[in-house]
Amino acid sequence: MLSTDDKKRLLQEMLFARRFEEACYQGAQEGKIGGFVHLYPGQEACAHGVFKAARPGRDYAITGYRDHIHAILCGADPKAVMAELFGKETGSSKGRGGSMHIFDVEHRFMGGYSLVGGPFPLATGIAKGIQLKGDDDISICFLGDASNNQGTFHESLNMASIWKLPVLYICENNLYGIGTRIDRSTSELDQYKRAAVYNIPSAQADGQDVETVYEAAKIAVDHVRSGKGPYFLELMTYRYRGHSMSDSNAYRDDKEEKEWAKRDPIKILRDRLIAAGDYTMDEYKALDKKLIAEIDDDIVKYAEESPEPDVAELEKYVLADNDPYVRINLGGGAS
Amino acid sequence: MANLMYWQAIRRAHDEEMTNDPLVIAMGEDIGVAGGTYKATQGLYEKYGPERIMDTPISENSYTGLGIGASFIGVRPIIEIMSVNFAWLALDQIFNSAAKVRYMSGGQLTAPIVVRSPGGTAHQLGAQHSARMEKVFMGIAGLRVVTPSTPKQAYGLLKSAVRCNDPVFINEHELMYNLKGEVPDEEYFHPLEGSDIVREGSDITLFGYNISVHWSLQAADILSKQHGIECEVVDLYSLSPLDRAGIKQSVSKTHRAVIVEEAEAMVGVGSEVMAIINEECFFELDAPPVRVSAVHVPIPFNHKLEQAAVPDAKDVVKAVLASLGKS
Repeated sequence: MLSTDDKKRLLQEMLFARRFEEACYQGAQEGKIGGFVHLYPGQEACAHGVFKAARPGRDYAITGYRDHIHAILCGADPKAVMAELFGKETGSSKGRGGSMHIFDVEHRFMGGYSLVGGPFPLATGIAKGIQLKGDDDISICFLGDASNNQGTFHESLNMASIWKLPVLYICENNLYGIGTRIDRSTSELDQYKRAAVYNIPSAQADGQDVETVYEAAKIAVDHVRSGKGPYFLELMTYRYRGHSMSDSNAYRDDKEEKEWAKRDPIKILRDRLIAAGDYTMDEYKALDKKLIAEIDDDIVKYAEESPEPDVAELEKYVLADNDPYVRINLGGGAS
Repeated sequence: MANLMYWQAIRRAHDEEMTNDPLVIAMGEDIGVAGGTYKATQGLYEKYGPERIMDTPISENSYTGLGIGASFIGVRPIIEIMSVNFAWLALDQIFNSAAKVRYMSGGQLTAPIVVRSPGGTAHQLGAQHSARMEKVFMGIAGLRVVTPSTPKQAYGLLKSAVRCNDPVFINEHELMYNLKGEVPDEEYFHPLEGSDIVREGSDITLFGYNISVHWSLQAADILSKQHGIECEVVDLYSLSPLDRAGIKQSVSKTHRAVIVEEAEAMVGVGSEVMAIINEECFFELDAPPVRVSAVHVPIPFNHKLEQAAVPDAKDVVKAVLASLGKS
């Protein structure tokens, strides 16, 4: 059970995530952020509830291109994440990655990847590494429903199951694969059933209610950490914006969007706290104002004012620097 | 010096590296209980167990990706892909994950994997088991490509590849696993970059790699004995990066070049070497460089057609004589 303080902190973090992503939208609209930008509003309860149940910064996490908030929840500095979106040298990937490739390895956020389904084997391999080392960490893989139509889903779940690897697959089912609705692309709508065929325990939960997510994730995390092998958790959710900035969102009807807006994850938690007498609308409004100011004055400003990478360092980071095995004959004499 | 077969040299490198570091593992189809299609891991399943000698399902892309993910946290996987033709399925993970992760993470993360795989035309294996794919791997930034021509190189390159912090693709050859050669008794690490002059000569340089080094040496022998032509043979064991300095040095000495490759000429090793010669020492040339390459066809099943599709030492002899105006 989450305490009132936990819930208040989650509300603050989810609202921060919402405003952070809106600032990204703004930056992209103004042309300050280039490339594709995939935003998280609507889905906040998923990552927040799961990380609340895990050990962010210590458990390994990996995801697709909708990655800003997952990185921040692992411990990435939001300034470095925003600077990365701006393509700056101070960015988390030194401006070489961009919105879709946020990394913070120190906090064990193992990256955002932009090939749909690509992280499935990577997360599974991280779990293999954990198993070899004998640690009690777990590997958490966050991906969308559409990635389950890639071969990597089936291949990776199969291997995770046969080798009992400590990997937790989180499926954030937002009902759309780019612009194609799930019932037009996928023969089985319930994604957790697809995991079950690999003999992986799985469940489906409401991804709009962070408390529900937390409770479901706790069962999942405990299962994986106890050495029982992988687990698959499907969270039913919805994204408010298009797939990415270039998406007009014309494939969804207003009615569907309005229905989902009623179940906004931030409103659900806020109204529950207010109804319980633990919180007021004034406090919420003050918090919102403070977060917006912090993001504008602190985070976006930092990104804007940071230097760009030096073109002279274009070829840095392609290969390891001065690796001894590249040039030196060691032992045995020259060939 | 021990006289080992190519497969024995690879097996020895596996064994030594796995003894040296408990996080070195090997993975691939049939490498464990079955002992490996080309015996590269024979006996190691019994020695290191199923957690470190992993028999994988036939899921090339994802078991390769699994190795890459494990390498992110310190594991050093040696990934065997049974035939390079199957590596097409794993290119997504090799190219999109392993080769790019250092760059797109700003140097935070690296994927020190080794992918070993045999390519080449063997005995009537047909179009889908006869690919030569080194050219595909060579074009990818962030990936090293080496290709051993001898048991000594097979041993030393694998050992260096395991310890190197970059992802390395090792291009082996289906016909070379029983090739014998001397391997030092003491531990040996072969450099991952550079090239070797395997025969000195003054009249023309033959550039080869992997099996085509042997065709080049056979041709050099014939040319020396029958025509008095002294060929220099350069072994380009590192295909990415190519040894620009070594290529320039030899061509500057002999002023002529023939590039010998088992693959098709199009977008290949030969075209790259010719471009380097063009850029580095064009004015040193006495004749245009020449490629000896495969015909641009899927490899046919019929034995005669198969032989006609790929070059051999005789084709190298012809090319050298033509280059010297003696044909």
